[in-house]
Amino acid sequence: MNRYLLGRLWQSLVTLLLATIVVFLGVRALPGDPALALAGEDRDPESLRAIREQYGLDDSLIVQFWQFVSHALRGDLGVSIRTGESVVSMLKSALPVTMELSALAILVASVLGVGAGVVAAVRRGRPAEWAANALALLGLSVPNFWLGLMAILYLSVALGLFPASGFVPFFTDPIANLHHLVLPALILGTGLAAVIMRQTRSSMLDALSADYIRTAEAKGLPSSAVIGRHALRNSLIVVITIVGLQLGALISGAVVTERIFALPGFGKLTVDAVFQRDYPVIQAVVLVTATAYIMINLLVDLLYSVIDPRIRVRGEV
Amino acid sequence: MTSGPVLKVTDLSVTFRTEDGPLSAVDRVSLEVGDGEVLAVVGESGCGKSVTAMSLAGLLPRSATVDGSVQLDGVELIGADKRTLRSIRGREVAYIFQEPMTSLNPVFTVGRQIGEVLQVHIGLSRQAARRRAVELLKLVGIPSAERRVDDYPHQLSGGMRQRVMIAMAVACDPKVLIADEPTTALDVTIQAGILDVLRALRERLGTSVVLITHDLGVVADLADRVAVMYAGRVVETADVHELFARPQHPYTSGLLAASPSAGRHAGTHRLNEIPGLVPVLASQPDACTFADRCPQALDTCSAKQPALESGSHRVACWNPVRQPVEV
Repeated sequence: MNRYLLGRLWQSLVTLLLATIVVFLGVRALPGDPALALAGEDRDPESLRAIREQYGLDDSLIVQFWQFVSHALRGDLGVSIRTGESVVSMLKSALPVTMELSALAILVASVLGVGAGVVAAVRRGRPAEWAANALALLGLSVPNFWLGLMAILYLSVALGLFPASGFVPFFTDPIANLHHLVLPALILGTGLAAVIMRQTRSSMLDALSADYIRTAEAKGLPSSAVIGRHALRNSLIVVITIVGLQLGALISGAVVTERIFALPGFGKLTVDAVFQRDYPVIQAVVLVTATAYIMINLLVDLLYSVIDPRIRVRGEV
Repeated sequence: MTSGPVLKVTDLSVTFRTEDGPLSAVDRVSLEVGDGEVLAVVGESGCGKSVTAMSLAGLLPRSATVDGSVQLDGVELIGADKRTLRSIRGREVAYIFQEPMTSLNPVFTVGRQIGEVLQVHIGLSRQAARRRAVELLKLVGIPSAERRVDDYPHQLSGGMRQRVMIAMAVACDPKVLIADEPTTALDVTIQAGILDVLRALRERLGTSVVLITHDLGVVADLADRVAVMYAGRVVETADVHELFARPQHPYTSGLLAASPSAGRHAGTHRLNEIPGLVPVLASQPDACTFADRCPQALDTCSAKQPALESGSHRVACWNPVRQPVEV
């Protein structure tokens, strides 16, 4: 187990390094001179040189890369061109919003998706399955932004059940915080819920026809244990992969959802930075996203080994 | 065997709903298993022996319709509610299946899977169930059981897994153990070990066993009585020695002649075969199902279905083999 863990961690570090290089080169490859962008209206060659010197833009790429990495490791991702605020502090205020929104969306999606998937598999060929399938199809085909707008229109504006926009930090007022996030999390979670439902249904159907389910039934276990323990545990392996893969979609979905509900999250930060050509922020945002992906993948792999003992042992060999 | 049969199956019929209409898999099968007795149900693949076994404790899929009667110590199981069936499965009637490779859940330790039965039926705590699981693993001859109890199925060999299945089946000391081809998927050397375990358990626990098999060697090794099934019907039942010495149904006789023996003829001549194929179950005519393949069929055979005669050696045949044949 420990060797498996170390191996996976090592792989993740290498991936992270590669991602950092790509991010670094990607930003450098963008058209336009960053010094020009930084200088703004002031195109005086003297001040351009000063800027280049200040930001180390004259140095070779390798030196620049080293500067970037060593600063990043010390928690310094530079300063926003537009606001002059440190990028790290901008991330610090934006990330928790998105992380909370994503976590809630995953929670919503998993509960809805796994629940509906299990029902659809167990009640195969009956109205419950048709209902679950129809809902999944709707969830997959209706775009998030439209669903979000409709939710704001009907649930927030017409019925006044939820605030239409804005955000309250969790530690300021937890109840108001959740009240603000329920709707965005539901909207963001529906698409993922539909994907999870389809996967859970098909892997549950596989599991339910397996020999060990017959054994579990022959043992006289109650159906809750046969379905909830023996079948579901085996189906979850596939479901977790899907959730892991879909988290990428969730991040891009978060950008749209945050925009609609005016949440001051990572998505908003990204969009603003791109519109304003705020290179240090873009660089940081992409790096954080890549890191998040890598961490999620690592987490998914570790979850596999918790759920499937065969992976644990194979990793040891 | 004095107190009447532990398991009494009367006129059990199983029909499956299929896209091509109803398919009869088992047709009015009657069986009796006495206390501590081993009844072997023998027949070719597809003769309905596994379906019979599954139907005993209501383990067939919903597409199956089961008629007739299955009584366990006087309690009727056909048509019993789910609760009753659940309380009987694993506790009074336990199963061992053919495929030890896939019959255990890959994501739980074997100790947990054995313990589960004890937790559900006897209400043992998880720790107590684990301790009992270790004892059971020892009982079925698994070396270093204290360590093995925490193994996952993929860490065990096929033979070991089948021993785990047996340990799981006998955990609650069931009245009837139904072993559906317990050795078919295993190597010959492993088979012998499993048969030893079954024999020892039967002597030690006095469990009645229904042994489903197509292997006459296994029958000779373990069974007290034999029921021969053909195309969904029981065609002959007798004491094991009687059946091997004096088979009366032409099918039984053909089956015995078709099985290789290590005796004096070994390797010197071709095995006998029964000509023809097993009939499609859905199209069973109102006749002897074996008539088309039978070497000694009469006109009656294709007109009327023979019933099992009464007695200790019962045969369903219009023209049984009466003289002893050499095996």
